Amino acid sequence: MPQLPIPASPPIAWYLILSVILFALGVAGFLFRRNIITVFMSIELMLNAVNLSFVTFSYKLRQVDGHIFSFFVMVVAAAEAAVGLAIILTVFKNRQTLEIDEVSSLKN
Amino acid sequence: MDSILFIVFAGIAVLCGLNLVLQKHPISSALSLVGVMGSLAVLYLLLGGEFIAMAQLIVYAGAIMVLFVFVIMLLNAGTEPVSKRRLWVTYGGVPLMAAGIGIGAYVLQRSFPSTESVKLGAFQGGGAYEIGKKLFETYVLPFEITSVLILVAIIGAIVLASKEVN
Amino acid sequence: MNFLILSLIKAAVVAFVLMTTLAYLQWIERKVIAHIQLRVGPRRVGPHGLLQPLADVIKLLTKEDMLPSHVNKPFYFLAPFIAVFFALIAISVIPFGTEITIGPVKTAMQLTDLNIGVLFILGLSGMGVYGVALAGWASNNKYALLGGLRSSAQMISYELPMAMAIAAPLLMLNTLSFRQLVDAQGGYFFGFIPRWTVFQGPFPQVVSFILFMIAAFAETNRVPFDLPEAENELVAGFHTEYSSMKFASFFMAEYANMVTVSCVATLLFLGGWQPPFPEQYGAKFVPSLIFALGALLCFYHGFNPARPFDKITLPVVGVVFLGVAAAFVAPVISTILMPLFWFAAKVGIILFLYIWVRATLPRFRYDQLMRFAWTFMFPVAVVNLFVTGLLVALS
Repeated sequence: MPQLPIPASPPIAWYLILSVILFALGVAGFLFRRNIITVFMSIELMLNAVNLSFVTFSYKLRQVDGHIFSFFVMVVAAAEAAVGLAIILTVFKNRQTLEIDEVSSLKN
Repeated sequence: MDSILFIVFAGIAVLCGLNLVLQKHPISSALSLVGVMGSLAVLYLLLGGEFIAMAQLIVYAGAIMVLFVFVIMLLNAGTEPVSKRRLWVTYGGVPLMAAGIGIGAYVLQRSFPSTESVKLGAFQGGGAYEIGKKLFETYVLPFEITSVLILVAIIGAIVLASKEVN
Repeated sequence: MNFLILSLIKAAVVAFVLMTTLAYLQWIERKVIAHIQLRVGPRRVGPHGLLQPLADVIKLLTKEDMLPSHVNKPFYFLAPFIAVFFALIAISVIPFGTEITIGPVKTAMQLTDLNIGVLFILGLSGMGVYGVALAGWASNNKYALLGGLRSSAQMISYELPMAMAIAAPLLMLNTLSFRQLVDAQGGYFFGFIPRWTVFQGPFPQVVSFILFMIAAFAETNRVPFDLPEAENELVAGFHTEYSSMKFASFFMAEYANMVTVSCVATLLFLGGWQPPFPEQYGAKFVPSLIFALGALLCFYHGFNPARPFDKITLPVVGVVFLGVAAAFVAPVISTILMPLFWFAAKVGIILFLYIWVRATLPRFRYDQLMRFAWTFMFPVAVVNLFVTGLLVALS
């Protein structure tokens, strides 16, 4: 078997860089997208990226605390999704739109 | 072997994340997010987090995202129209993001020496037993508080969703 | 490398057995329902319709694969794949029997024993919703969309009581690995009551078992909870627009889910491959006795044939049954076959229950289904879990 140009097991930094990339993608989606639901999903992507770094640090420190933190993040994300989607439903009922730019009655 | 697994699933995660941002239809974005979550669950397994990987599948991919898909289908959300953006956003956004990722990657690469690598099975403390012990001894108060938070969220969601529009 | 070859062989065997079971489950279902309704069921293809599954497979493979013009193509193709993938992959953590030794190789009758097998199954069952929901949405058809919406709401609602019903026996057995779950249910109280979780102290899990079975019917979209494909209101529900092999994928996913859920119920509540009464009362001879009786019955009806064809077919089946009965008393093979027999028998009883219910009960109305989940199942599951936890903590 030929020697691959990559190490046999990935360095810890790779996991953290993946987390950075996913977080940046989440930020990009949050800023550029116009649909409320997609914006909301971008937030979930950012939370996931943070979870990955928690679990990676948990591995590095050989402690389980990071897993607990990401578990809490999941629980909070579940609560957030329930309330957030209920708000989206209400907004849609009132205005018949999911465009985030058109829900701006506080402006002007 | 570990590296190949990492590269495959990290690649899937990044591609799905890109797809989330680029797709015009919310349901494509939702499915891409499910892809990200699934591949992250595999990465958690590589990092020795068995329980958290399954929690990711059950809570995130199996419950939260189903809720998203359900709402998208319920509202029959269509593709979003192309919105007008300022010029510098259109042409400066992607390079800025790439520069940000590059800086982050450089800092991380320098601060974590590549000698320490992630081996499958090197960390065994992520099973259900260890998590449960830690959760109900050290973190019992935050655990109780999150349960109250969930209760508040349930009541809030019901009140919001059942309110009649005049 | 040895591990790799062994795993491949096991995977091939399990896949073959699973596929055959799925095909014949449908034949058995048609036969049983037919007999409940005083019909004879399929009996054109092969003796007693035994080749009917093969004919069905050929029919489904060669049928025209219609592609409606109004569908959302990528998701339309993705949906059946998702459904069947997550339904079939669940079998990989199910153990079928004890560890066996064939020549120099010692292996467990299971593809892989995860420490978190129970959670794995729960996660997969959660992912299976996407197949149905996407199929309904991508079909771009109001009946299909309604079916998909109904199914996602129904599956989210029933997942909760199901997870809680699973949690109660786990509290008593203290493990998430299926193999250890079954090992913890070995042995007998007073020498004859099996230590299965439905009988085990401090709190026999009868309520959990019933809750789990009800939720399982809803999770697999079976009668009386088959609202997603209620044919008299929704044409065929989420798979209205699917034909040929794509339709067969949904069909296969449904049956694979049934098999998985029955296996999980057996492993969690009915002691897996542990026999229902101890060895010294003759548990070893039960399978031989059953197959020998079956053989006798076949011979009797073969020599007093109701139909001319039976004169040949029934004695042949009887000889096969006698051979199986002999295999169960043969010294070496019987140790391998015994656990498999008890496991298959329990799974078979639960699968029969599925078919029986399908032939007997009418369908729920949608609001009844939801109210049942949230106002009856959920509180009962919470109280059951609470009582179990309290009694486990006190004892």
